[in-house]
Amino acid sequence: MRRFLLGSIVPAGFAAIWEVAARSGALTFDSLSRPSAILSAGFQGLCDGSILIATGQTFETALLGLAIAAVAGIAAGAVLGLSPLLERIVEPTIESLRPIPAIAFMPLALMLFGFGIAMEATIVAYACVWPILIVTVLAVRGIEPRLVEVADILELPFAERLGKIIVPAAFARINVGLRIAVGISLVVAVTVEIVLNPRGLGYSLVLAQQSMRVDVMYAQLLWLCLIGYVLNALLRHLEGPLLMARRRQ
Amino acid sequence: MQAIARRAVGEAIGAGPAVAMLGVGVSFGAGVARRPILADISLSVGKGEFVSVVGASGSGKTTMLRLLAGLLRPTPGEVLDHGQPVTGPSRDRAIIFQDYSKALLPWRTVSGNVALSLEARRIPAREHAAIIAALLAKMGLDQAANQYPGQLSGGMQQRVQIARALAQNPRILLMDEPFGALDAMTRQALQDEILALTAEQRITVVFITHDLDEAIYLGDRVVALGGAPARILETVDINLPRPRDQLATREDPRFLGHRHRLFGLLRKG
Repeated sequence: MRRFLLGSIVPAGFAAIWEVAARSGALTFDSLSRPSAILSAGFQGLCDGSILIATGQTFETALLGLAIAAVAGIAAGAVLGLSPLLERIVEPTIESLRPIPAIAFMPLALMLFGFGIAMEATIVAYACVWPILIVTVLAVRGIEPRLVEVADILELPFAERLGKIIVPAAFARINVGLRIAVGISLVVAVTVEIVLNPRGLGYSLVLAQQSMRVDVMYAQLLWLCLIGYVLNALLRHLEGPLLMARRRQ
Repeated sequence: MQAIARRAVGEAIGAGPAVAMLGVGVSFGAGVARRPILADISLSVGKGEFVSVVGASGSGKTTMLRLLAGLLRPTPGEVLDHGQPVTGPSRDRAIIFQDYSKALLPWRTVSGNVALSLEARRIPAREHAAIIAALLAKMGLDQAANQYPGQLSGGMQQRVQIARALAQNPRILLMDEPFGALDAMTRQALQDEILALTAEQRITVVFITHDLDEAIYLGDRVVALGGAPARILETVDINLPRPRDQLATREDPRFLGHRHRLFGLLRKG
């Protein structure tokens, strides 16, 4: 609680100064609203459901893209982690694809899928797959060799070896890649919506800006901040018990 | 007497030994860095027999066990499991590692760890509970069924590994200094449990240890490894009555005789 109070000094003070400056007439730019107006716009957006619907659309796409990236990244990462030969074969390809900004694929994705969730999720998946893939390769390399021998002795088939030994054993580290990817997925989803796709939080931001509703725009920015904060806290919270089981070791 | 009885029963069941090593050697590294570890190992273990292997640390004992498990391929030579060449690991040959904490799945409970063997054997899930309960009761783990390995003492963790190995329903049990990291009381309790369990299920055992007393106490025979590369220095028949008893067996004059003989051998080797 104390930490929370200390941490809120800067934003609260900033908001207070902003409010006073706007009301006293010191700030008169069209592009600046004031905190009280922003809060009321945000409250209204929450009440009429517009913010929540946009949030749902953005999340839906981000999570879909993330899920695709997680499945593909973990599976491919595990295979490459287990086979150094295969990794050497595909590494140049990966290293040449990875630096291409996911956003650069927007025109292509638009041609392939048209507007909508598929196009956006594909771009999100492309952006998210790399950190997951790379972290998984390293995590699988670092697995306790004894556990692999246990799988050998029990003659586990490849799929079970992956699902029962390798992925759980590498999970703590894979999770780091997943957390990075969660952040990326939201950034990319909102970006695609701002630039191209007429849905979700990104599009609402653009709409608010184009209709000169600066208060609404700021309210949505604030909302994005809040989402990011809550999401990160949630992920850390989820990670806790999973890591605990390993730390007891 | 039971020692001889064990071997006689084993040999009567089927022809040929449970495990055989024929002129086996192993080297690590290549070129000038090539270092021979084992040379010219020939050994045959009867069905249901309990063979201990002793040797100083670094003498290649673990390498020998990994050959038997199929985790390592011999060059040259051949390893046979009931007459069939060993080409890789098999569920029929369970292995108990010394470092139990690394060999258990830390994200699975005690029951879950044992279940892994049953899953590997494709035993229907509805039968798991009963089999696991029986095994855990046998290993004195019934109270720990839902705990994670990290919450258990070393002795308990090693019991879990043994329970998981038994759940494999192996014909051969390979043990690599399984009690080396445990305190004396726990070690003695586990020694007696392993003797009882493997006799009851007629499992063939190859038991690696650096502890001469343990080797003699447990084994029908003790194989002494030594030299560089390691060879079999001698195989000693342990003519001590079974069931073995922690006090009576260790005080038996023949026990001391074996101890003297092996101690001398290993010091020279």
